[in-house]
Amino acid sequence: MAAKLVFLGRLEDRAGMPELAVAPGPLDQVLATLDPALAVELLGERVRLALNGQLLAESGAVILDDGDELAFLPPVSGG
Amino acid sequence: MADVRLLGEPFDPAAEIAAFAAAHRVAGGVVSFLGQVREGDGVEALELRHYGPMTLPGMVQLAGAVESRWPLDGLLILHRHGVMEPGDPIVLVAAAARHRRDAFGAADFAMDHLKSDSWFWKRERTGGRWRWVEPRAQDYADRARW
Repeated sequence: MAAKLVFLGRLEDRAGMPELAVAPGPLDQVLATLDPALAVELLGERVRLALNGQLLAESGAVILDDGDELAFLPPVSGG
Repeated sequence: MADVRLLGEPFDPAAEIAAFAAAHRVAGGVVSFLGQVREGDGVEALELRHYGPMTLPGMVQLAGAVESRWPLDGLLILHRHGVMEPGDPIVLVAAAARHRRDAFGAADFAMDHLKSDSWFWKRERTGGRWRWVEPRAQDYADRARW
């Protein structure tokens, strides 16, 4: 098993993929394995995080378990 | 009571409104808003992306908020995802109420929140190139009215 990162909107273009399987662990360690420029984008102040479909108030203490899905949500533009 | 749908295929707004009005005959007023892909500015196509675990649940939650705020007989929220062309319907909101002011308010509120609060990401193709569309300050200002 692994955890999954999901990149929405423009972040998919930045990442070059819609999602990525990663080894479980603390988020900062997971992000350290990515391209640093992408990691900076993912931690941008306008990017919100959702763990298994639930919006997170704080991204600081996220630890990914096996099977977790962490989505990176840039500002929305619907309608 | 609300009919909330996230659609991957084109829909017929006139048929949807007719069916909605027929299903809510006790309502004296039905207000609807149709958003369609704007023609012009060289836009060849528009794509709306969604996120399965959150987009439809968020729309259902929005419908609940609308219904708790206005006394409605019915509420319809349809939103497309996928690639659309100029003239294609994107979003349809309809509210049925005994009094028109409630129906206007409910549809207006639902649209402002669909624009700035729902989990959709939009990109446009012009000159063969896709470009992500950022939300406008006006969209946030519209939402802040409530």
